[in-house]
Amino acid sequence: MPSVKSAIEVRNLSKRYGQVAAVDNISFEVPKGGSCALLGGNGAGKTTTLAMLLGLLSPTSGAIRVLGVDMVRNRYAALPRMNFTSPYVDLPHRLTVEQNLDVYARLYGIRHRARQLQRLAETFDLKLLWRRHYGSLSAGQRTRVALAKALLNDPEVLLMDEPTASLDPASADTIRSWLEEYQQRTGATMLLASHNMQEVERLCDQVVMLKQGRIVGRDTPATLARKYGRETLEQAFIHIARQSMD
Amino acid sequence: MNPLHSLNRIYALMMRYLYLLRGSWPRLLELTYWPTVQMILWGLINQFLAGQSAWVAQAAGILIGAVLLWDVLYRAQLGVSVVFFEEMYSRNLGQLFVSPLRPLELAAALLTVSLLRTTIGVGAAAILAIVLYHYSIFAMGLPLLAFFANLLVMGWSIGLMVVALVLRYGLGAEGLAWAVIFALAPFSGVYYPLSVLPEWLRAIALALPSSHVFEGMRAVAREHVFLLDSFWTAAALNVVYLATGLALYLVAFHTARQRGLLLQMGE
Repeated sequence: MPSVKSAIEVRNLSKRYGQVAAVDNISFEVPKGGSCALLGGNGAGKTTTLAMLLGLLSPTSGAIRVLGVDMVRNRYAALPRMNFTSPYVDLPHRLTVEQNLDVYARLYGIRHRARQLQRLAETFDLKLLWRRHYGSLSAGQRTRVALAKALLNDPEVLLMDEPTASLDPASADTIRSWLEEYQQRTGATMLLASHNMQEVERLCDQVVMLKQGRIVGRDTPATLARKYGRETLEQAFIHIARQSMD
Repeated sequence: MNPLHSLNRIYALMMRYLYLLRGSWPRLLELTYWPTVQMILWGLINQFLAGQSAWVAQAAGILIGAVLLWDVLYRAQLGVSVVFFEEMYSRNLGQLFVSPLRPLELAAALLTVSLLRTTIGVGAAAILAIVLYHYSIFAMGLPLLAFFANLLVMGWSIGLMVVALVLRYGLGAEGLAWAVIFALAPFSGVYYPLSVLPEWLRAIALALPSSHVFEGMRAVAREHVFLLDSFWTAAALNVVYLATGLALYLVAFHTARQRGLLLQMGE
């Protein structure tokens, strides 16, 4: 496989539902080992973009390459090297934590399954939850299990949709620490959609700001805030969100 | 595509469904409940009619055999569609399809699990029929295997069509999974010969693999002959049914990807 500098490459990507453009001709890249946030208000096109990157949604036009693979034509070549987590997509409730992770380890073709599950159980402090049904867990516990599932295959590219939504600040902080540690250890590329500016400032070196499906800003978190004459990313976000597209 | 990897993923999904079954006694009970109730009911009707009707009396347990085979068709269809619904109830489709799993592998797992569920559900009722009515459907011998296979494949095909509808229209179409097969019962001649049907309905009946199976079953029970023509006709029709079911299922997945339905699936 040829070496590629960008882990994620999006070119002129659009998704239209009839007359409505959910994503409107966006282009961006995330370098290997980089971490990028898709920021934007509700309906800005963040989740739609993630879904197209994952092959869950077909673009109307444009190109997506992940790890050098054309995701529209050949996504199955890249999917074993990627993973995804979102509090909005569940795991089977009637299966235990162990059973859920075992099934997904098999789906990803993990070779040393028992060892990998053991490692993740320790990392995410899941041992006491191991034989409990996923459906009986709290939001924070589910997030830990979902993250363990997302790291089963040691993904080179990790996509996340609001990974710490509905978590208390302490749990969210722990999750962010795990993500930082994972990226430092493996050099993985991360792309996350988030509303949480603290999370973005802590985890991401690049921000793509979306509004009504279009990119309205793209830079480092600090530069983006300065560009709009604001002290923090959150202030810049609110400023952009309130600006009219016209 | 590496076939070994593909088999591993199919096996992974089978494990997922077996874990679910193992951990839920209502699901296990549901597998055998309806076939058993049906078998007991039709066993009693059979006993009553055997004293009233020469047609029933000539072939001991013919109605029990009919209801057990009918349940093969029904269970096979439910085995595909209801197991797929489990993914929708648990909002798990998005997770599944960001993994390397392909839609055809999911279909293969659904069909295999359907075979297991049908064998367990109808098998238990068939054994109970021996105990309660001294009627063994296994006495049919090899033809039973031919009937079972044809009804199984027809059930799979309809199950895949229901999955396609639910993928397209969401769980609002779920009720079809439970009802659709009963629309075929009158034309399948489960409990009576096709000659009972009016001429114009017979044309519809002959387009169903199930009608050929039940004609064949009656020939074995009453005349002890295996109608090879009926078997091959049912098998040929099943090739068309299964191809149609798979095509609709794949088109539904393609449409779901176009419309973003895989992320939204749920109640």
